[in-house]
Amino acid sequence: MKKNTVGSGLLLLFVAGAIGYGLGLGFDALINGAPNFSGSTSAAFALLFAVSAFFFGLYGYRGITRGLVWQVVGTLAGGLFISGIRALMGYKFSEIFGSFFFSEPAWVFGALVGVISFLSGVGVMDDWMKWVRGIDTHDHHEDEPGWEKYFSVSLDHKVIGIQYTVTALVLISVGGLFALIFRTELAYSQLQFLTTTFKLFNQNGPQIYNSLMSLHGMIMIVSILLGVSGIINYVVPLLIGAHDMAFPRMNAFAYWIAVPASVLLLMSLVLGGFDTGWTGYPPLSARAPVGVQMFFLGVFTAGWSSILGALNVIATVIRMRAKGMNAMRMPIFVWAAIATSIIALTATQLIGLSFQLVMFQRLFGMGFFDPAKGGNPVLFQHLFWFYSHPAVYVFVLPGLGIISELLPVFARKPLFGYRWIAMSSLGIALVGFVVWAHHMFTSGMNEYLRVPFMYSTMLVAIPTGVKFFSWVATLWKGKIETPTPMLFVLGAIFVFLLGGITGPPNAMVALDLHLHDTYWVVGHFHDTIFGGFVFPFFASIYYWYPKATGRRMNEFWGKVHFWLMTPSFLILTFGMMYIGLLGMRRRIVDYDAALGFDPTHLVMTICAFGIALSVLIFFINFFHSMKNGEKAEGNVWNSRSPEWQVPSPMPAHNYEVPFEVVGEPYDYGLPGSKYVQFITPTKKK
Amino acid sequence: MRHFIIAGVLVIAASFGIYFGLASVDMLPVQASTQAVGIDWMWDIQLMAMSFLFALIFVPMLYSLIVFRRRKGDTSDGEHFEGNNALEIGWTVIPLFVVVFFAYLGAGNLADTLRADPDAMVVKVTGFQWGWKFAYPEYGFESKELYLPVDQQIWLKMESNDVLHSFWVPEFRPKQDLVPGRVTELRVTPNLVGSYKVRCAELCGTSHAFMESPVIVVEEDDFVKWAIEQQALAAAANTPESQGELLVSTNGCVACHSINGTTGQGPTWLGLFGSDVELTDGSIVVADEAFITESIADPAAKVVKGFAPVMPLYPFTNEEIANIVAYIKTLK
Repeated sequence: MKKNTVGSGLLLLFVAGAIGYGLGLGFDALINGAPNFSGSTSAAFALLFAVSAFFFGLYGYRGITRGLVWQVVGTLAGGLFISGIRALMGYKFSEIFGSFFFSEPAWVFGALVGVISFLSGVGVMDDWMKWVRGIDTHDHHEDEPGWEKYFSVSLDHKVIGIQYTVTALVLISVGGLFALIFRTELAYSQLQFLTTTFKLFNQNGPQIYNSLMSLHGMIMIVSILLGVSGIINYVVPLLIGAHDMAFPRMNAFAYWIAVPASVLLLMSLVLGGFDTGWTGYPPLSARAPVGVQMFFLGVFTAGWSSILGALNVIATVIRMRAKGMNAMRMPIFVWAAIATSIIALTATQLIGLSFQLVMFQRLFGMGFFDPAKGGNPVLFQHLFWFYSHPAVYVFVLPGLGIISELLPVFARKPLFGYRWIAMSSLGIALVGFVVWAHHMFTSGMNEYLRVPFMYSTMLVAIPTGVKFFSWVATLWKGKIETPTPMLFVLGAIFVFLLGGITGPPNAMVALDLHLHDTYWVVGHFHDTIFGGFVFPFFASIYYWYPKATGRRMNEFWGKVHFWLMTPSFLILTFGMMYIGLLGMRRRIVDYDAALGFDPTHLVMTICAFGIALSVLIFFINFFHSMKNGEKAEGNVWNSRSPEWQVPSPMPAHNYEVPFEVVGEPYDYGLPGSKYVQFITPTKKK
Repeated sequence: MRHFIIAGVLVIAASFGIYFGLASVDMLPVQASTQAVGIDWMWDIQLMAMSFLFALIFVPMLYSLIVFRRRKGDTSDGEHFEGNNALEIGWTVIPLFVVVFFAYLGAGNLADTLRADPDAMVVKVTGFQWGWKFAYPEYGFESKELYLPVDQQIWLKMESNDVLHSFWVPEFRPKQDLVPGRVTELRVTPNLVGSYKVRCAELCGTSHAFMESPVIVVEEDDFVKWAIEQQALAAAANTPESQGELLVSTNGCVACHSINGTTGQGPTWLGLFGSDVELTDGSIVVADEAFITESIADPAAKVVKGFAPVMPLYPFTNEEIANIVAYIKTLK
């Protein structure tokens, strides 16, 4: 049954893709006089048709399929609406339709209508609409069993957590694929296949390189935000003993709005792309093709997901903890989730705002960042980094929380300095708000302001150091086991350590004048993101997989994944840092052969494929183990945490019997101690 | 206690081992400016700090993984201790002093890098999509190459007319963004004769990777000789055509518009004047003086079919545009 639907989905993907492509060619012929085989119109139609058709074949006309179809229809309707208005205003035909089919304002409005249509189509606002009309809804929604519930709106935090996680994995694959394409081009100096005569989506080779490089950044960021939300959504209510999140409908909304956002990000590639990097600095982004508008709108939309999700987490943790779970007895991951959510709730608006200002500059001619109109390009950078630096801590704090959460389980020892680790998460979150301008030491900002930002940036080292010292002290004199999740935890500490120690050189202003915008920085932040997110993310998937499915992932292939990915990744980033110091700039499609970087680049490309292979092994393991994994319904990891005290997979409404907290969370090695105790129904007051 | 002593000794040994190992690898480009001296000194200090911190965390971690690993058949838990506030305070307060000290060193280091010499020679740098132009106000000419005398501080005053760029000669070390609408400054004192390249370090669009120009550091005498030659060249360009030719070469126009008939980012100029060109909206116009002048003054107004509207707006005067048109007329 399942095989058939995947098969028909793929078949429809190709058929509808071909139809959309043909339709686009027809429009090209109509508008520009000749079909453009590497043009944007045909690609945009092919993309929209193919994605919706795939889910139609997989799942039928409901849930996500309905959302996507509505998004396509909404986008076209919105675009035609603006085009109609422009026609009435007396614009010429060639100004209404062009090489991107719609004009830029029509695309932006259409995309906005498309997002709202998606949300209506998928049904995530149905309950609210019913309330508006005075109709009551059930508090508890029963999901159908099996895989199908994951493709339509569910209010169960565990389903939403898995939806988030799988979407994150899909986006990681897309972003990774983009990286492989441009890494292959970089293997040798000179242009090999992304040449100036190469044409795709109205872009030549270097332009495609720029678009892919820019999208690699933003797609990975969105996938990280979704991955973070996935783990938090699945785990936090279980850890604190809640039956669900505080606002289940908002929770579903926060997930589903990320889906049309991802479609918009992909649309940006086919609509002429954009050559600005994920940072989208004006004036360049004010001149880029219409794709940059799709990128801005996609990020703007995904930002809602982050803000609403964060609000929900904070409310849930404050209001819905089990009896006896005071702040200092919460599992440490909950502290990390809170710290992350505070940042996401209060900073995300700034990236949305800064992108929105550029959108308005393009659409309405407002000169926020246009020096000719009295604007200031450097202002954008301040607004942008005010979110985008703290965002880094949104990515890594949950990962560091996972490290702290899992270390005691596998070291069989209490977490060393619980309070200090909890407070260090908040400390990082707070200091993270006052360091943004360290991304701008060369930007032409006030020269003297660079010094206070150097001081504040160095302060980040202190709470981060507290975490490292405490982790080492947790391992000290433990009885350390190393199953796959623990390997990834240890890998995370090692890689994050490399990311951490390569940070202070960037904080030193004068030294940063050399390091800024080089591969050194690329290596540094890939280390922080892999150590702070990717490794812990994999650790948590291996760790909580049995909780979600009742089976565990294959241990042997998990270890192969680890031992292939880790060395490949380390060599890759060492290579980046090495050539970066020697003068390799960031974001370049080609490098001077005279610099002698060719051998290093070749090794780095091979390592990138090594990482891709290891992730492929992970995917096969992930899907194969659902049906064929070793059964694991008990306390697989011998953990004290409440979610492992009940059988797996987790029941639909979590704990059928509530628990109360009677001890410290990580008292491993203290005989007779317990963290939680289930409140037996006989015990009445 | 035995464990602490062994691990401590290993941390110290590893710190030195890693530092000397890394220091033996050439990780920085040739040092070609006095600013680079201070920056490289800071790098060396950072390398020591990195080696020590890495050893401080990694060695005890590895030690634990080996010594405190679970033996086969052992199902007991580890030793029960929940923390140590004195230790936690220690590893919060000591790093606090260390990082503040580092930031203090960094501030002094920055001051050294920025130190101004009153006798510095001014060079005006213009960055544009995608090339560099250097003007020598003291001599009154422009150049595509940045010629510099050795051991003399250069005060770069930099402007951009389109998007952000960043001036970076890796051998000199410091880089500085060029921001449209204002002048940004950078001071470098080349101290090693040689050929380098200025490479744009801030993403600036399609051909960002190729936005490189030669930087040639020569002895004082050679510089003066070169400057006088350039002055003579500029003076010799006294017809509109020759001034136009100089302009298109110093502004890098020919990077996109070939003069030999090949198709680049923009249409070729060979045989352009007087020919019929088809525009993106399908209409056909004659490439006369008015059309070419408009295409330079307002590149997006009429775009030739088959080309993207990517040409930036150059800040030419009307006279300069007329000179360029005069030059294009000669390309038959």
